[in-house]
Amino acid sequence: MPAWNIIQAVNDALRIEMRRDPRVVVMGEDVGKFGGVFRATLGLIEEFGADRVIDTPLAEAGIIGAAIGMAMYGLRPVPEIQFSDFIFPAFDQIVNELAKLRYRSGGQYSAPVVIRTPVGGGIKGGHYHSQSPEALFIHTPGLQVICPSNPVDAKGLLISAIRQDDPVIFMEPKRVYRAAKGEVPEGEYTVPIGEAKVVREGRGMTVIAWGAMLHEAQQAVEQAPELDAELIDLRTLWPLDVERLARSVRKTGRCAIVQEAPRTCGFAAEISALIQERCFTSLEAPIARITGWDTPFPYTLENEYLPLAPRILGALRGLKAYEA
Amino acid sequence: MLLRGFPLVPYLCQIFGNAGDETKGRQMPSHMASRSVNQVSWSSCIGTQLPQAVGAAMAARIKGDRTVIAAYLGDGASSEGDFHVAMNFAGVFKAPVVFICQNNHWAISVPTAKQTASESIAVKAVAYGFPGVKVDGNDAVAVYRAVKEALDRARSGGGPTLVECETYRIGAHSSSDDPTRYRDEQEVEQWKKRDPLELLRSRLQAWGLWTARQEDELRAQVLEEVNGAIAEAEKKPDPARESLFDDVYANQPWSLREQREELLASPPAARAKQSP
Repeated sequence: MPAWNIIQAVNDALRIEMRRDPRVVVMGEDVGKFGGVFRATLGLIEEFGADRVIDTPLAEAGIIGAAIGMAMYGLRPVPEIQFSDFIFPAFDQIVNELAKLRYRSGGQYSAPVVIRTPVGGGIKGGHYHSQSPEALFIHTPGLQVICPSNPVDAKGLLISAIRQDDPVIFMEPKRVYRAAKGEVPEGEYTVPIGEAKVVREGRGMTVIAWGAMLHEAQQAVEQAPELDAELIDLRTLWPLDVERLARSVRKTGRCAIVQEAPRTCGFAAEISALIQERCFTSLEAPIARITGWDTPFPYTLENEYLPLAPRILGALRGLKAYEA
Repeated sequence: MLLRGFPLVPYLCQIFGNAGDETKGRQMPSHMASRSVNQVSWSSCIGTQLPQAVGAAMAARIKGDRTVIAAYLGDGASSEGDFHVAMNFAGVFKAPVVFICQNNHWAISVPTAKQTASESIAVKAVAYGFPGVKVDGNDAVAVYRAVKEALDRARSGGGPTLVECETYRIGAHSSSDDPTRYRDEQEVEQWKKRDPLELLRSRLQAWGLWTARQEDELRAQVLEEVNGAIAEAEKKPDPARESLFDDVYANQPWSLREQREELLASPPAARAKQSP
């Protein structure tokens, strides 16, 4: 098994699905001859041609709008939005069109579009190459949101996403695009959508994270074995594996959620509500949220903004020490 | 949709939003969809269908089909970003799509002169590298010819066309609109003289293809048909409460199953009324 990074895993998943299913097409800005600004689509145009690996004009609403039309016509488009910060020109197409098509047509039409988009900070990208807009899409009925933290899950989840019938926002954590390596099985395999994964078992507290921050949380809990933390990687944000989380919190009695996006109305808030609804009598401390601040994403001070391992560790120690 | 053979009763059921509606009462009147006649689902968001139409046309070409996509819009839609995005994609990919713009001069209260400084909507196509044609939208034969030519061009690989059909919105935009607040009734009277149905009738009569008697018979027949269909459509009940949670996803996730149970445990709500 090769030790691959997330970009290689994504590339492999796309190639496998394009070979398997002629309906799968890749489209977006610079995805063809250039192979994508992160090289995730490298070599696909050589194998599958310009009809299936489509370099589009620079217009996100056009990329997603056209992908919806293609999907209605029976293709399986996998458009790329170059940075999730640029997804907003396509927000109307995603929220009002893509997400609602099955519902508003009474189930007659659907648009199985998988939108790949790099998310998150940590590459000194400033406001517009760093944001984590997952909550906006989780809040939209009709969408599924996936955010793997490692190449093995990235490949298996992307294949699963392409093979099912509803739209997916597939968020790729660019901070660990190349840093997160793993033994990626060759050939096709799937990772089920909607299943979280226990990365580290423990009885002292439950720590929930996803994407790039999973690695920060892991660093924090491994630095402090006395916390006896159970670390859970969500992998799929929506539909959330809420039962997996609740089982863990019933066992540990304490819960922290790490989220890179701004705190207010972030996904950690929803997770927190769901856990207290299910685990109220098991909780021994308020659920802790360790998040980005409620500011636009900064440039110079991005490491002050991000909930990195040292800040996470401090919060987890506070959670451990809490007594009612 | 009716022209393409969609039956009248389910069409009316969509307007009533009842259990006979193929789209399950999910949208306001006139937001139709039916796979049976290739009518994709309507959105109230202006112009969003246009890039989708281009995508469907690109897909048809990729699959090697002879399908051409007809994308309808109004004069107001030509101001939306999605219009320009769609025109640009259509031009770049030479997609087999025909944009049919019904320029009726009014987008609710905003006249065409405030939508665009261009001499026409059709001329915009030039900038995107394909033909734009302006026709008298009240002349059915002229519209047929222009659209036929555009469809043939698209089907033979010649790419997209924008057909602007100039007409006039005689009535109000909706039941809550009051056009006397923003436009000159004299203008309306002028356009009434050019009613497209009157034009078609006099032309057919001149050609000896249509008589007053045929028209009387047809009117009586259609009236009966429509009244019968309304009576039948009105009998249908509302969609079932729990259908609220269907079709959000192909498979209901736990969150919707939980909310469905919550709804069914609560008393049925009073029927929602249309606002006046």
